[in-house]
Amino acid sequence: MSKRFLGLLLVLPALAVIVLLFIVPLAASVVGAFEVEGGHGFGNFVKSVELYRGDTIFTVLIVSLSTLLIGLFSIAIGGYLTLGENPRAVAILRWLYRWPMFIPFIVVGQILRTFLAKNGLMNNLLISAGVITPMQATAFLDWRGIVIAFVWKQVPFVALLVAGAMASIDRGTIEAARNLGASRLRILIEIVVPQVATTLLVGLILSFVTMMSVLSVPLMINAQSPTMLTADIAFRINAYGDYGVANALGLISLVITSGVAWIYLRHTMKERA
Amino acid sequence: MSLVSASPGIGQRFRIDLWWLPRALILALLAFVIFGPLLNLLLWTVAERWYFPHVLPLDYGFSVWTRVFSPRGNAMDSLQNSILVAVLTVIVSLALAIPAGYALARLKLPLRSLILLAFLIPQAFPNLPVYVNIARLFYQIGLNGTITGVVLVHAVHGLVYAVWIATAAFSAVDPELEQAARSIGAGPLRAFRDVTLPLAMPGLMASAIFVFLESLDEFTGSYFVGAPDVNMLPLLLYSAGAGGNYQIASITALLLLIPSIGFMLIVERFLKADVLSRVGH
Repeated sequence: MSKRFLGLLLVLPALAVIVLLFIVPLAASVVGAFEVEGGHGFGNFVKSVELYRGDTIFTVLIVSLSTLLIGLFSIAIGGYLTLGENPRAVAILRWLYRWPMFIPFIVVGQILRTFLAKNGLMNNLLISAGVITPMQATAFLDWRGIVIAFVWKQVPFVALLVAGAMASIDRGTIEAARNLGASRLRILIEIVVPQVATTLLVGLILSFVTMMSVLSVPLMINAQSPTMLTADIAFRINAYGDYGVANALGLISLVITSGVAWIYLRHTMKERA
Repeated sequence: MSLVSASPGIGQRFRIDLWWLPRALILALLAFVIFGPLLNLLLWTVAERWYFPHVLPLDYGFSVWTRVFSPRGNAMDSLQNSILVAVLTVIVSLALAIPAGYALARLKLPLRSLILLAFLIPQAFPNLPVYVNIARLFYQIGLNGTITGVVLVHAVHGLVYAVWIATAAFSAVDPELEQAARSIGAGPLRAFRDVTLPLAMPGLMASAIFVFLESLDEFTGSYFVGAPDVNMLPLLLYSAGAGGNYQIASITALLLLIPSIGFMLIVERFLKADVLSRVGH
């Protein structure tokens, strides 16, 4: 009994910080979304839908496309690390792919803004290689820039998780399939990926939530309309001090991520059962 | 399998050589995608003049560096603030996470998995609306635009890593060692301080580094709670970039990049497999 009490006492301060500085403001944002002048109502949502319907769809499309690409690239990287037959190429890839993982989003925004700009290194090299003419050079600083930034930054993280899970699956099934003459691509799709599906899903959902809350990348790469909801929320606060619509937009992005989190919870419940 | 590749026949060796063509092409492409943008950043930090359609900068030099690091430049101020906030965040997060992690790893707690899950909440919800409302709350109690306010906001996020890694680090320490210390007469605090804590130290160091980096790189919370009174490196990077000054923005980005890359290179030394395998259990 006293041991339980002691344990709770030790956990309590940390838990209190989370409750006071995260859960209370989160609740405040939910309540604030319904606060209109002189009471409560759906006015903020009406205004949000009127002004930002396009940006909401834009956000969902961009984050979904990025998640899809992150999934594909991480499976490809993890798959090669697991099934690759040339040890030297595997070693090079293992050394190479992790670099962007620890680079902060704000730095990713800055380096891709200069890299993808009209006079960025990418266009300059394409021009000097004769692939495009200087007149054809265009900046990638729109939805493509945001997707590239998200994929660039998040693939190493998901690939690390996926490669770890792939390394721990039973080699016997892979060898058996290989002895039966299955191609490596088929082994990857039919044997390896199903066994790491849970890890892949966790990585993708964490990435989805992260991308939904990143402010710096849309601000730095593409702050003009259409842009992402995070940039709209910051604009609502900074330009108008309009907490009502900002909170309504926050609640909308919360509902989108909750939908994704629900998929995850349902999946893990099935796993535990 | 390694036996086969160690002694290839003539035909097989020839085939492997041919396979290097697509392999090298894809690896080179990947290397360009990863290092191209980083190289571009490095070029910007030493570019004096660089405009379209020149492939490379016209003049190189360090004049912007001397301007950024001059005593009157605001980079030094931001750097000091960023490091101060990061160190304080580590202290606050670990002071909260070490007792919590120990309790979660060792003591029988009711609703243990629910408590562990609670520390994940800041990672599981989009935190922008939360920061907006914290800023509003802090404004009322005078914490907005103070170092304390920024540290508190960073600590909430740091706790996710700190508590989870600390819990894993304490679970990886054999409880019998502590019991042995107790049985030869050490008090509970002494057994913790002299036996369990040193053994859990590598894991705790890893969580301290995670928290430090997370705080150093944090933008959104600093933007709403700190700016414009508390200047931090990510805020300086943002405002320099927004003002079109890519040299200053790139130098700031490089300052933020070095600790992150350094950490990537040493992280495996601190995060041992026995701790990693216990994260989340």
